Amino acid sequence: MKLTVASSPHIRGNFRTNRIMLDVVIALLPALAVGVWRLGIRALGVTLVSIVTAVVAEGIYSEVVRRKKIARGESHVAKNTIADGSALVTGLLLAMTLPATVPYWLVVVGAVFAIIMVKALCGGLGQNIFNPALAGRALMLLIWPVGVVNYHAAGVDGATGATPLHQMVMHALPEESLLDMFLGNCPGSIGEACSLALILGGAYLVWRKVISARIPVAYLGTVAVMSLFFAKAGTPVEWMLYSLFSGGVMLGAIFMATDYATSPATAKGQIVYGIGCGVLTVFFRNFGLYPEGVTYAILLMNAFVWIIDRYTAPRRFGVVKGGAAR
Amino acid sequence: MKHLFFGGIHPNYNKEMSTVVTTFHTIEPKQVVIPMVQHIGAPCQPLVQVGDVVKRGQKIGDGEGLCVPVHASVSGKVIAVEPRPHIRGGEVMAVVIENDFQDTAIEFVKNDLPLEELDADDVLHSIREAGIVGMGGAAFPGNVKALSSMGKVDTLIANACECEPYITADDSLLRTDPEHVLEGMMILRQVLKPERVVLAVEDNKAEAIEKIKALQSDFPQIELKVLPTRYPQGAEKQLVQALTGREVPPASLPASVGCAVFNVSTFAAIYRAVRLGLPLTQRIVTISGEAIKEPQNFIVRIGTRFYDLIEKAGGLNDLTERVISGGPMMGFAQSDLSVPVIKATNSILCLLKDKNGAAENPVCLRCGKCVGVCPMRLQPLYMYRFVNANRVDELNRLNVMDCIECGSCAFTCPGKLPLVETFRKGKKMVREASAK
Repeated sequence: MKLTVASSPHIRGNFRTNRIMLDVVIALLPALAVGVWRLGIRALGVTLVSIVTAVVAEGIYSEVVRRKKIARGESHVAKNTIADGSALVTGLLLAMTLPATVPYWLVVVGAVFAIIMVKALCGGLGQNIFNPALAGRALMLLIWPVGVVNYHAAGVDGATGATPLHQMVMHALPEESLLDMFLGNCPGSIGEACSLALILGGAYLVWRKVISARIPVAYLGTVAVMSLFFAKAGTPVEWMLYSLFSGGVMLGAIFMATDYATSPATAKGQIVYGIGCGVLTVFFRNFGLYPEGVTYAILLMNAFVWIIDRYTAPRRFGVVKGGAAR
Repeated sequence: MKHLFFGGIHPNYNKEMSTVVTTFHTIEPKQVVIPMVQHIGAPCQPLVQVGDVVKRGQKIGDGEGLCVPVHASVSGKVIAVEPRPHIRGGEVMAVVIENDFQDTAIEFVKNDLPLEELDADDVLHSIREAGIVGMGGAAFPGNVKALSSMGKVDTLIANACECEPYITADDSLLRTDPEHVLEGMMILRQVLKPERVVLAVEDNKAEAIEKIKALQSDFPQIELKVLPTRYPQGAEKQLVQALTGREVPPASLPASVGCAVFNVSTFAAIYRAVRLGLPLTQRIVTISGEAIKEPQNFIVRIGTRFYDLIEKAGGLNDLTERVISGGPMMGFAQSDLSVPVIKATNSILCLLKDKNGAAENPVCLRCGKCVGVCPMRLQPLYMYRFVNANRVDELNRLNVMDCIECGSCAFTCPGKLPLVETFRKGKKMVREASAK
């Protein structure tokens, strides 16, 4: 009998990377289902193109790296990284931010950019500075803006016309009722319209301990409080609720800002980061060129994650300001 | 007021495995191997030679400085005095005794003086001469710890948390001989004169708690504290924090915040040494894990080799992956089962391959769960990164030396990073850099 001599601990928990990724997919399913139901089968087409492109890009990149390592004679060459499920999640998240009318070629460009340039070339899973899905969307917005913000295509009943956020830019409350907004009965991207579905997904992730509620609560709380002061129509509370239920802020706060690799690891840091995302979102919405600011708010905050972690380190055990804790 | 410690985890405890057998079996080994190093500090020098006939309880090794003696645990003939494999790795000078199965003992001097007539110096001397060390794992000489706590502590703590999964040695001690523990606590109370004497136990030991409660009227000075089960509650700094809210400063001992912590087995050994005159020659050892046929607790003579005990417990499963001295979170994996049980060995664990074990390609997701579970409030994800980047300056900033190696971070890590071994390496880097 050959006994293994290895470092403690000799037992480990059942938390695994691919299980976390599966949980994120499960959490996104309600929002995706609403998107497909509202916007038609093309929403599903966009989602599949995005996912397949992301997974294939990851698979090819990983295989090329593996072949090189094997050719160099490295003894320990890991399996292809598509097995960790993160490319699938990136593809799915990217699709959630897009309208159902987006040209397929543009989706392919965005997904390849997200996986190869933003993630893999930064060192892969956990190493990237910027959120791959949002960076992919930002590139798409840059090279073909019409394709990404065209919500005017015919879907099923009523999912046409200007988005609520476009109407709010014009200093008016949207035509849709608050309830319609909450349920996703309004034009918008595939995964962002239905706040109820997104909140359910977020609650599932918190319950499964995949994410903590700190970032979403700090983010949405900040947007809520600040939009009270930026109200341009209706009562401040109405304006606040419309602000929370419109655009990508719900999707962004729950699924994008909580991305492990691109958000802080300390509890205090997560709150600081959530507040930062919220402040920037409200500023971009009110003073920016585009009606929505979530993508750029989160991408900008991504750049500050390491510095936030550094200055929000937990207090050292046994030390308080001015000496030993007693 | 309810104090708690930071972070922590809830592993599967699997304690019921070794408590099914409720009576202790004893084992009479043909040979015992008694290492001269069973404590933190200076090694003992052998006092016997090959061919000598020894009695149980006879001192066979002793030394100067931070050192307590070791004693023969069987009667018989010394057949070797030579380096032998040790549970902490490498070989250590040991006295090997062939058991004559007569169990002839030296004369033990009893002490029936009332508590208040016990002299502190006499008690500390008895503790030293009995070779008592911290029996929870650290193996710090008991008399030195008590002496260094004198006049400094207002709280004396008996640690019965036994927060490591599988182990039930302290639990079975409390279920069978609770009065030995309580008497031992009263003896040290007499020496240290603390305001508060606390017996701390986790709430997953219902029967032990009942046994102590039944005795509480005889020991009104002792406070029983039942804590919600969570690993690593039994770690000294965490237990002090959970009971008093005080945080032991970095690189300091509990005495610096007025606390002295001893394991319950140590208290029982102190009772036996001071009152019955018995040196520390036996202890309770849990043998458990999915890979052993009959998990249970044994009363074991110090020096009994692992394979003798394993055989007595029905033997190993063919698929055994590792055998551990100590618990699954902090214990040491063994390659050679001829190593002997020493004073601080509370468990021999036989495990199958962990289905959640190390990943083929460990990757940090930056999920931050390690930060949330670290009881020392460290940031394991950054420590890991900077050890691998050889950045001693960053490791100092991140207080890597504060790490108690409890393994909570590694247990929780979804990327299955080798965190604890990396931090040991990081500490070594820091020590080497500061020695320059």
